[in-house]
Amino acid sequence: MEQLKSIGRELAMGSQGGSSKEFLDLVKSIGEARSKSEEDRIILRELETLRRRLSDPDIPRRKMKEYLLRLAYAEMLGHDASFGYIHAVKMAHDDNIMLKRTGYLTVALFLDDGHDLIILIVNTIQKDLRSDNYLVVCAALVAVCKLINEETIPAVLPQVVELLNHPKEAVRKKAVMALHRFHQKSPSSVSHLVSNFRKRLCDNDPGVMGATLCPLFDLISEDASSYKDLVVSLVSILKQVAEKRLPTTYDYHHMPAPFIQIKLLKILALLGSGDKQASNHMYAVLTEIFRKCESSSNIGNAILYECVCCVSSIYPNSKVLDAAIEATSKFLKSESHNLKYMGIDALGRLIRINPDIAEEHQLAVIDCLEDPDDTLKRKTFELLYKMTKSTNVEVIVDRMIDYMINITDNHYKTEIASRCVELAEQFAPSNQWFIQIMNKVFEHAGDLVNPRVAHNLMRLIAEGFGEDDEGADTQLRSSAVASYLRILGEPKLPSLFLQVICWVLGEYGTADGRHSASYIIGKLCDVAEAHSSDDTVKAYAVSAIMKIFTFELAAGRKVEMLHECQTLIDEVLASHSTDLQQRAYEFQALLALSSQAIENVMPLDASCEDIEIDTSLPFLSNYINQAIENGARPYISESERLGTVNTITPASASHYQQDPAHSLRFEAYELPKPRAPPPSIQPSSTSSLPTSSSDLVPVSEATYTTREEQHNPKVQTLADQISAEIGVHLKLEGVQKKWGLQTYSSPSAPSTSSSSTQKATNGMVTSDTIRQSSLDSRKQQVPEVSAEKQRLAASLFGKKAAERKVQGGTRRPAKESQPAVATSAPEPPKEEKVIVPAAPPPDLLDLGEPSETATPTIDPFKQLEGLLEPAAGSDVASAPSPSVSAVKTPDLMSMFTETPSIVDSKSSDKGVISSTIAKKGPNVKEALQKDATARQVGVTPSGNNPNLFKDLFG
Amino acid sequence: MINFVLLISRQGKVRLTKWYSPYSQKERSKVIRELSGLILTRAPKLCNFVEWRGFKVVYRRYASLYFCMCINADDNELEVLEIIHHFVEILDRYFGSVCELDLIFNFHKAYYILDEILLAGELQESSKKNVARLIAAQDSLVEAAKEESSSISNIIAQAAK
Repeated sequence: MEQLKSIGRELAMGSQGGSSKEFLDLVKSIGEARSKSEEDRIILRELETLRRRLSDPDIPRRKMKEYLLRLAYAEMLGHDASFGYIHAVKMAHDDNIMLKRTGYLTVALFLDDGHDLIILIVNTIQKDLRSDNYLVVCAALVAVCKLINEETIPAVLPQVVELLNHPKEAVRKKAVMALHRFHQKSPSSVSHLVSNFRKRLCDNDPGVMGATLCPLFDLISEDASSYKDLVVSLVSILKQVAEKRLPTTYDYHHMPAPFIQIKLLKILALLGSGDKQASNHMYAVLTEIFRKCESSSNIGNAILYECVCCVSSIYPNSKVLDAAIEATSKFLKSESHNLKYMGIDALGRLIRINPDIAEEHQLAVIDCLEDPDDTLKRKTFELLYKMTKSTNVEVIVDRMIDYMINITDNHYKTEIASRCVELAEQFAPSNQWFIQIMNKVFEHAGDLVNPRVAHNLMRLIAEGFGEDDEGADTQLRSSAVASYLRILGEPKLPSLFLQVICWVLGEYGTADGRHSASYIIGKLCDVAEAHSSDDTVKAYAVSAIMKIFTFELAAGRKVEMLHECQTLIDEVLASHSTDLQQRAYEFQALLALSSQAIENVMPLDASCEDIEIDTSLPFLSNYINQAIENGARPYISESERLGTVNTITPASASHYQQDPAHSLRFEAYELPKPRAPPPSIQPSSTSSLPTSSSDLVPVSEATYTTREEQHNPKVQTLADQISAEIGVHLKLEGVQKKWGLQTYSSPSAPSTSSSSTQKATNGMVTSDTIRQSSLDSRKQQVPEVSAEKQRLAASLFGKKAAERKVQGGTRRPAKESQPAVATSAPEPPKEEKVIVPAAPPPDLLDLGEPSETATPTIDPFKQLEGLLEPAAGSDVASAPSPSVSAVKTPDLMSMFTETPSIVDSKSSDKGVISSTIAKKGPNVKEALQKDATARQVGVTPSGNNPNLFKDLFG
Repeated sequence: MINFVLLISRQGKVRLTKWYSPYSQKERSKVIRELSGLILTRAPKLCNFVEWRGFKVVYRRYASLYFCMCINADDNELEVLEIIHHFVEILDRYFGSVCELDLIFNFHKAYYILDEILLAGELQESSKKNVARLIAAQDSLVEAAKEESSSISNIIAQAAK
């Protein structure tokens, strides 16, 4: 038997796969390569060979097939095999089904939908979609999903739509998925086909129905309101699925069609969001699923999690909400990191409905926050971000910043930095704190934050906090200046932060009189010198120096030009950047003015005063009147000048009858404009503009802000209006009959194996409950949790809420200002870690769920055990026998040790194992050993090469 | 939606890649490098999820092989973990106690199977039996085609060419 099997495997690897010795040698040598560079060398050589062979005009087709697979292999390992793409396209056109499949496979692996060769494959696809052989049609549809792009959709769309009614369910299913893909790529192309999706929802085949949920989910997430009529039908489908009305082939680990359930729950969450009426239909089925779902299997938990998501999205109902809370707390109390992660996520969703839910789990949350697992930690930060209030903002933001400082992942750093900024802006308890936090964020992630944040900070410092307390504002500014002068000592600062520093020093450096002008100027010169390649920073520095100078001059003090400052200005005057040059020239020009003029040009602390621009320029009216008196012609505005030309339209008849221009006009006629009153007739305009020329001098900040605004144009979202087609109605009775086959749901159907599983799970449960109860008793004995943790919990979840005044947060309305009452959390999930005997998931394979071991017996395929079996072995072995510890250690050279050691532990523990083996079938042990050798060979073949390859080739 | 599927060995060797969203060859290499650095170094018993560039990568280890799937931020991680397992169970059925070696030498077959399970980045079929039936049908068709092409008349035709 065993021999037969290994012969079969040889056949599969050798002749049947059609691969030659060359290919096997290639794969083997790749397997033996010791480094990436060696691997690259081998592949490059291989590609060279293939290139040479493919240039031969007359290649046997069988050979060509193998070459293409070898090319695909090289591509998979990250090398460019584009020279062979055209051959793959050609092969897809072959009439031989074997070659055609290979052609399609490689084309789909090689090409993306944007590739130039796509246009060549469209013809082949069109032909194959018409094929009599449904497998050819399937292959073509798979290629359609991957390759057809927006331009080529029309070429295949009619055929794909036709295939929705194909007699074979596999074809219908793939056609639905193809249309789903079309919708993703170009929503308008399939907008008229929505009715087809509705029809397919009632398909006889559950697979087709399940596939239809994908496009429906997309359509509904764009526009839920047009699909509200589906709620009842979807709920009824979900109910039937949960009641095991689908064929048992859709069962997965004893759950009825879980993947379809999850998809349905996702859609219901969208449809029920904020809709009380729709949600009313869902409560019953949700309660049912909560009740039925066993939380011992992974897939059961997946459904439970999706239910929680659904509950948190639809209109709240206390009963299902309680069930969701219970499921969430089970997740959080679980030992598994995966479940904790899901629990944290679920909690984040539930607190949107009721923020108090978090309190019960505060210690679990803090455990997750301090967990060494980065993934879990980040998820927990996300939760904290969602539950931040003005009472706990300081603790949370401090934690976030501590974490931010220590990570290198720029993507996440950006995210967490922007979150810090957002929270600080929203909930800052004091200005001082706000500036401190901003400084930290800029210092450690300055290059990653949005420039908008910098401008907000500058504006904040300039405007103060909106209160009338001038004193507080000055204090804020001088503390900012002090902190910046200190920070300037740091060796490396992000550019954006330096801009802020320069600006603040320029505006307020000398304002409180603590620092002398020359000191500040010296610092600014240092900044400019140290960042001579960064023009923006330099520009900020020059402008800041200019401000300091002018403030001093305006105040009547004499400022001496420092030597380094003079050098800087001289250098900038000859700069390549026109912006820098202009600033330097303006600076020079300003220095030459009288102090009176300077004060007007550069008023002290006026950065946030609006500059009013009166386009009518009233201060010139005297001058103009004089000129007119002296015989000058009055000014005619542009609109009037144009109006005189457009004499055709009566509306534009003007007072100024002038000769129309005789020359030809090339530009199109403009629409008549409302005429502006001639500006010169406004001598008595009440303008508030005090002095001349104040709006002529460009102020640096202003230019920067406008530039910044240009960077962020508002992106208009193109909401696609898809016309609702409600013509087709669901025939629910039909569905019910189709799936309600008694043969499937009859209680006698489950085989003996399932009962054994039941027992197994029962065993699990009881041991669980024992553990739980022992835990509980322990809990009462040890109600103590480390004081530090308590404190953290209290500060996060609002124990001090009563003491701390809700201050600050004035700049925006606070999210939720409910007075969270603290409960003195006694439950210590921390203790669990100590007590539980830590049954680790089997290291070799994590198929360890007890339900798992039973599956093979139901199987018609007898030889499934290879992957599943060791799990069972290690499961049994996880009883406290000392030899097992070897299996558990993670960092052994897993390859070599893992499998054999399990075999060892088995033989040492024969009594228990033999029973499992008996359950499994006769040749498990051999299969295991064979696999062990096989892995040893295939994965890291060592120098003394084992005999597996000899078998193959000999 | 699943953006790509990646099979990496414990030594960082790529065993299978399937991209459902467009990535250039250069990006692909970068993604594989980044992710194998991220995933292979993770200790056991931690989450089977990694947050990465705004996506989430769900991975599961079978013997020395890591199955990774990259999904969007709003997808259900536990579900994807089971999709991976679903895939492995089907591979197991097909190859008969599948091992890494099977996937190395028959990587094209693994692709065919994957194409029956995932399509356009979504799970298209959750019934193991249906997938097995389709794959078997394809194999027998190919077998028939091969017999035809290796028939004597064909060999003569080839030789005459």
